Amino acid sequence: MSAAPVPDRAGTETAGEAGGDARPGALVEARALTKRFGSYLAVAGVDVTVEKGEVFGFLGPNGAGKTTTMRMIACVSPRTDGELRVLGLDPRTDGARIRGRIGVVPQDDNLDTELTVWDNLVIYGRYFGLPTAEIRHRATELLEFARLTDRRDDRVDPLSGGMKRRLTIARGLMNRPELLLLDEPTTGLDPQARHLLWERLYRLKREGVTLVITTHYMEEAEQLCDRLVIMDQGRIAAAGSPRALIERHTTREVVELRYASIEAQEAAFARLPALVEGNGAERVEALADRLLVATDHGDATAARITEGTGSGSADGDVGPAPTSVLVRRSSLEDVFLRLTGRTLED
Amino acid sequence: MATPRALRYTGREIRIWQRLWHGSIFSGLAMPLMFLGAMGWGLGGLVDQNTGSVEGVDYLTFVAPGLLVVGAMQNNAGGALWGVMAGHKWMGGYHAAVATPLRPGDVFAGNLAWAALWSALMATPFMLVAALLGGVPSWWGVLAIPVAALCAAAFAAPLAAYSATQDSDVSFPIIMRLVILPLSLFSGTFFPLDNLPAGIRPVAWFTPLWHAAELARGATTGSIGLGSAVLHLAVLAAFISVGTALGVHTFTRRLTP
Repeated sequence: MSAAPVPDRAGTETAGEAGGDARPGALVEARALTKRFGSYLAVAGVDVTVEKGEVFGFLGPNGAGKTTTMRMIACVSPRTDGELRVLGLDPRTDGARIRGRIGVVPQDDNLDTELTVWDNLVIYGRYFGLPTAEIRHRATELLEFARLTDRRDDRVDPLSGGMKRRLTIARGLMNRPELLLLDEPTTGLDPQARHLLWERLYRLKREGVTLVITTHYMEEAEQLCDRLVIMDQGRIAAAGSPRALIERHTTREVVELRYASIEAQEAAFARLPALVEGNGAERVEALADRLLVATDHGDATAARITEGTGSGSADGDVGPAPTSVLVRRSSLEDVFLRLTGRTLED
Repeated sequence: MATPRALRYTGREIRIWQRLWHGSIFSGLAMPLMFLGAMGWGLGGLVDQNTGSVEGVDYLTFVAPGLLVVGAMQNNAGGALWGVMAGHKWMGGYHAAVATPLRPGDVFAGNLAWAALWSALMATPFMLVAALLGGVPSWWGVLAIPVAALCAAAFAAPLAAYSATQDSDVSFPIIMRLVILPLSLFSGTFFPLDNLPAGIRPVAWFTPLWHAAELARGATTGSIGLGSAVLHLAVLAAFISVGTALGVHTFTRRLTP
């Protein structure tokens, strides 16, 4: 259950890179990066390397230190300790230069809602000192990219959440950044808006833009990220590709069990481990509303549970039968649960 | 040459004003003009019947520069307090700006430049009307417009610096009532400072408003000496400089913690 995060590094992809000096190709290079607000340790020594052209993710629950790490990379929050290089430069001394070459999509769209879509792009472009003709050219192009061309002269305020987020992304691309930082890009969006946004982000990736995203949606991390780190309480609990993380830290499948009552779930939790042992099942975890059985053979484990519990069983003290049994593939959510004992939504 | 970073930020404020100018035109221009009509023209008639003149000029001429600087102070005090809170907390426009090559100090300075520019924009038609009513005897009166801008900045700078340290606006109405309103009334704006008891006169010397009122009146009447003009300017400049130093500090702490 306990995370024991930092020592468990051997074999992860960052550990392989950490041995040498700063790599010339790395866009972000952090070593023992630390951020303290007064006595509160928000980021407790984080090592990450983001390579050119990849989508890199910070996955973790709220309060894990993802946004703080992102703000340090974005050069809007000075680090307390550790090393940080962004585009090969030090944010302490070259913050403005770095900010001129990266794009930022903050968690809340801090757009000028009383102004038009077009105004927002133009004003932001001026912040970079771009010439007016170039600003107009890029804004026109990015409106197309964000599918907002027909809303060009509309005020931002009445736009949908998905449109605002796409505008914020377009705004963050005004300076043609080498690196785009997105903090919780799809939080608060409905599924349709989320998928459109992912599709736009894929396109950016194909065009060679390096993306760094934070998210607490494991589906988003699995869909988008080439590599990611799982953060918890200011530390990195694990690092690697989504597939590697799942293979390394959990079983192939998970059986989800729901029960008629909390008491029934507790009774089942006490007896299940003995019942499912073998069959490739490794462990049983209890969540507030369900039990999870990690197993390499989901169907066999599920069958064992349905046959071996409740009144249908020949044995004596077998525990209650679940009201529903679902077999699914393991996800990053299960990796997180395994490493921290908590869910991402906690 | 690239636009200085602070002025890039001013560009945002100008664009917002171009879209929403009607929101501030009443307090910025209509209100001072109504006061000019009621006090300078209406009340002034009574004053002039009784006293003949105030500091050697008719009451309209006396009060017009006072109203000009009071308007600049009041509007920009409110703008600095609530406007800055909107920028860092309610709307987040400052956070968007400092994610670019702009620094917190650029946002502060660009904002201050806008306060001064807006005040000059509002002061121009006001002075024109005052002149048409016969309240600006000297051509030097044109210089009252930049004085209004300086007065605006002298209040906006320290108050914006303060606003960036606050998490809510609860203290702002108190500042408006206990500092800004009394200053409006007792800084040699509506009547000469000499009419106040000698004991409290020195209080006015330490406020930017009295210096701005003296400068603006000296300009419209063309009667100020170089020495006093320099002294008044120096006080306004001191408030702007100290406020800016504080503001760069508080904006940096607030926007890039």
